[in-house]
Amino acid sequence: MAVSLTINGKVHDVDLPDNVPLLWVLRDAIGLTGTKFGCGVAACGACTVQIDGQAVRSCQVALADVWGEVTTIEGLGQPGNLAVIQQAWIDHQVAQCGYCQSGQIMNAAALLAETPAPTDDDIDAAMQGNLCRCGTYPRIRAAIKDAALRLTEV
Amino acid sequence: MANIRKIARRTFLIGSAAIAGGVAFGVYQLRKDAPNPLVAGAGEAVLTPFVLLNQDGVTVIAPRAEMGQGVQTTLAALVAEEMDVAWADITVLHGPPAQAYYNQALLGIALPFRHYADTDFRHSLRQGIGQIGKLLHLQVTGGSTSMKDGYERMRHAGASAREGLKLAAAVQLGVAASDLRTQDSHVIAPDGTRIAYTALAEAVRDIDLPDVELRPRSEWKYLGKSMPRVDMLAKATGTAQFAGDVQIEGMQFATVRINPKRAGMVSYDDSVARAMDGVTAVIDLGDGIAVLASNTWLAMQAAQAVDIVWQDAAYPAETAGMMAAIAAAFDLEPNSTVRDDGDVTAAIEGTEIVAEYTVPFLAHATMEPMNATALFTGDRLEIWTGNQAPVMTRDKCAAVAGIAPEAVTVHTTLMGGGFGRRAETDYSVQATRIAAALPGTPIRMTWTREEDMRHDFYRPAAMARFRGVVADGAAQLIDGQIAAPSVFQQSSLRQMGQVPPGPDRAHVEGAADQPYGVPNFRITGHLADLAVPVGFWRSVAASFNGFFLDTFIDEMAHAAGTDPLQFRLALAEREHAPSAGVIRAVGEMCGWTGQTPANIGRGVAFCHSFGTATAQVVEVEDTGRGIRINHCWIACDPGIALDPAIIEAQMISGAIYGLSAAMQEEVTFTDGAADQGNFTDYDALRMHTAPRFDVRILETSAHLGGIGEPGTPPAMPALGNALFDLTGVRARELPLIKTFDLIL
Repeated sequence: MAVSLTINGKVHDVDLPDNVPLLWVLRDAIGLTGTKFGCGVAACGACTVQIDGQAVRSCQVALADVWGEVTTIEGLGQPGNLAVIQQAWIDHQVAQCGYCQSGQIMNAAALLAETPAPTDDDIDAAMQGNLCRCGTYPRIRAAIKDAALRLTEV
Repeated sequence: MANIRKIARRTFLIGSAAIAGGVAFGVYQLRKDAPNPLVAGAGEAVLTPFVLLNQDGVTVIAPRAEMGQGVQTTLAALVAEEMDVAWADITVLHGPPAQAYYNQALLGIALPFRHYADTDFRHSLRQGIGQIGKLLHLQVTGGSTSMKDGYERMRHAGASAREGLKLAAAVQLGVAASDLRTQDSHVIAPDGTRIAYTALAEAVRDIDLPDVELRPRSEWKYLGKSMPRVDMLAKATGTAQFAGDVQIEGMQFATVRINPKRAGMVSYDDSVARAMDGVTAVIDLGDGIAVLASNTWLAMQAAQAVDIVWQDAAYPAETAGMMAAIAAAFDLEPNSTVRDDGDVTAAIEGTEIVAEYTVPFLAHATMEPMNATALFTGDRLEIWTGNQAPVMTRDKCAAVAGIAPEAVTVHTTLMGGGFGRRAETDYSVQATRIAAALPGTPIRMTWTREEDMRHDFYRPAAMARFRGVVADGAAQLIDGQIAAPSVFQQSSLRQMGQVPPGPDRAHVEGAADQPYGVPNFRITGHLADLAVPVGFWRSVAASFNGFFLDTFIDEMAHAAGTDPLQFRLALAEREHAPSAGVIRAVGEMCGWTGQTPANIGRGVAFCHSFGTATAQVVEVEDTGRGIRINHCWIACDPGIALDPAIIEAQMISGAIYGLSAAMQEEVTFTDGAADQGNFTDYDALRMHTAPRFDVRILETSAHLGGIGEPGTPPAMPALGNALFDLTGVRARELPLIKTFDLIL
């Protein structure tokens, strides 16, 4: 039985069992591979996407439970049409291996939507669920603060 | 081989992520058994094995793999510096498995000299020995060697390409090549006429490339500056392609469940799994099973539903038995006595101290669990795998597929972390076996995190026993014994089927090779007979020896009543000026006084590893709600700062990797299987626990050093030494969370 999802503004009919996590719907059925698998238990944040603007771990949301419009890293901005947060990531040269960065960016974007001028404590609280084994945290912090400035200047 | 191009094009067309990101792999054609593995297609020119020119621009073929360390960016900068390519015009691809891409720096580091004491003679000898790498087809990314290896080769490639383009343009313009200059991907004539490199692709094909002198450093425009990374846009937009992102029509999704006791399988019952949603096949892999399904998650669910009886481990079932096997190695004849200065058996006046240290097994825990995508067509295998050893990967996969190595195409994708884990071939071989069981069906294999954590080639657990004598405020004697299973012997056996003769020098790196001028100084290596799979973990043996030696140095400094930073400085000044320089620098950076407020502790540590002297100071604070790490200052001396921003990132990355392990990481075993399975029980530093960093890069060392690993070894003792300064408790066992109330 197909489930209808709106992802990055486009409607997709998905024919998979109801309990398949959104992560694996995105990656295997839709072909949106920017969202990554890291742990499967909401402990690393690599699979973070937004549902109606809220950051969620897509490995923990079953297909049947997706309650709103899904935005993935591909929907946030593309090469040539970058979101402000992505431009800040590039300007601060944040990524190393890059595997966790889609999740970091989706989580940071949700943070800035809710808290336009985050303090260090706000960043600590919001971002601590997103693991980075390369240790890019100092540059993530700098990029978030920079993006916050740019977004409030606009 | 004629098919390669067709297959590559097809991949490019059907991989939606590839199109979105503008990332193409395998746009080159391959030649068989020739020095230059690349063959020019129509309208293309192959200018050395490292530069391909066509109508679209310049493609640099990187001999080393990108796992986050920024290597593709700096390798491209080395070529572009000499070739005068505009930075925006460059594409970087990983090279195919080929002799041309051997790592000449890797074997060089195994020579029996202390690396810090490299004279020009020894340096050239290292490079000469490195040629053996060519014979062994040692196309390996590891040992922090990529820049040492590429520093001259890549610039020569760029210089030859530039001169070739000038010769081609000279013919077209009817002027002497010597009257032409190059800038921003153009050849420029005296009258101002500009010819784009891309327009010369056809003409330059038949030019014999001259070998020319390299430009002096004073003329550099890219090297020495922080260049925008070539992979940054893709990694900020989700379009970077990892091995598990490859999409091929008709693909099946696979996962594996392999014996966590690292032995075979007695029997299994897959009747429940086969009936589950989406499952198309269960494959017997001998030491476990693979499940194929219409979705990765469905495959993972079904794999758990297979009832399997495992064989028992070939090593002690519990951690305690393993540690006993390691301790038993102290009683064996030493495998190596690499450092034996003065006479440690002599009676020396002073204060004697002894200490025993223990560190645990560690997992790599790359963010991207092991994975690979493969297609076997009966007589050919194509595999996409993030790996640090393409030739070895090709040969191992060919063997299990029952085809010749030439019939295997290896696409070395970006890696979601390597840290040494992806120098192994196990996961590529597994994907090959699954693909070989289903000829014609593309498969994408993804391990669960638990599978990844329990099937690692771990950083070995290790122990050390040290005896030292201090007198007159200085170190007079150090006698250290290091016991652990041998990474080098195990991996040699795995990859090459034999153990090279002679002492295992790698086993004592980070201790025996340190530039500390102690009059009586001996380090012996003891190899434990323990079959727990161990492998290369960021900084390898320096990851434990750095902790052992530099913690002991700290203990000696306190016993001597000397400031720990001054104590180290005095020892280093006798042996190696750049090492003394980084210790002095890190003291300046943090305003080291040796005094701290009651709720603050500071620790200093030093390690010379992979050619780069690195000193760190870590500051900890007792917040009243637990101890947190406030700050980490790092000074390093890689000789030449080819890309300061990338070096800074690697130093911080290496330190965070080391601090994470020192604080809380440990793999233990019950009934032969690793207890830890996920980040819930094997965590690392996160945004709220990572300290602030300051990094200073010195350039006094005579030879280029590595940067990917040297940040890791000093981080562990620096943290332990800081905790001693704060609490007065000396931690001789890692992880530190066992002893201290650290905020996680």
